[in-house]
Amino acid sequence: MSATAGKAYFGRRYPLSASHRLHSDALTAAENRAAYGKCNNPHGHGHNYVVEVLVGGAVDAETGMVINLADLDSVVLERVVDRFDHANLNLDPLFVNHAPTTENLCKAVFLLLDGTVQPAKLEQVRVEETENNFFEYAGE
Amino acid sequence: MVFLTRRATFSASHYYWNDAWSQEKNEQIFGKCARRSGHGHNYTLEVTVAGEPNPVTGFVVDLKWLKDVIEREVLEAWDHRHLNLEAPEFAAGKAVPTTENIAIAAWKRLAPVVSGAGGAHLSRVRVYETPEIFAEYRGGQ
Repeated sequence: MSATAGKAYFGRRYPLSASHRLHSDALTAAENRAAYGKCNNPHGHGHNYVVEVLVGGAVDAETGMVINLADLDSVVLERVVDRFDHANLNLDPLFVNHAPTTENLCKAVFLLLDGTVQPAKLEQVRVEETENNFFEYAGE
Repeated sequence: MVFLTRRATFSASHYYWNDAWSQEKNEQIFGKCARRSGHGHNYTLEVTVAGEPNPVTGFVVDLKWLKDVIEREVLEAWDHRHLNLEAPEFAAGKAVPTTENIAIAAWKRLAPVVSGAGGAHLSRVRVYETPEIFAEYRGGQ
């Protein structure tokens, strides 16, 4: 089996559907409306999100893989998809003190996965809230 | 520095197999991908080239030229072929045609041609095996 050179990246996209309401207790009702608009409507709303996980590392000479897809799926399903899919994000403990904006969801997903995708390294998380807007976080 | 990306598609079959392993280990590590009759995908290749726009043409590279390079260097070798049986880099005993290794092999086919044209250089190759699975390579060690 020939050795393959250097670092490569592997990416996988996971759809999940969830509801949220953007609201901050630190703001007045009027300020919340000004900041969040329709997203502050009291009963929340939902999106079909896509979480894209990018990991990097050496390509194993025996398997040709940066990470085994089945292993990555298992970690992401357990730590992220099962947690957020068909859930109300505002009820998750991670968003008790943070509005569940997609920026904050993106950071939360990164922190839930960081260090759990061995032998690869988590490089970046992208969360697409709709087809027209997405957010990326690659750690501090 | 400006980055320019050209997308191309190709369809190919492959299987994952390491000759150094038993059939049981191949099936354990690679799952359905180890079936020796093979299976196929519609791949999407994204080739990103970086450089400064030429002051006369405004091009980093001519997109038509890049399209021809991708067709000649990659698609002619891989499109509608069985990667394990027809692509030299994935012959028995060489690299397993995973998405990672396909990205690296595409890089090796394209980088010398892009650099040889002068001005621009290959920045990134990304290969989608399905719309949900991709690998990329940025060169280096």
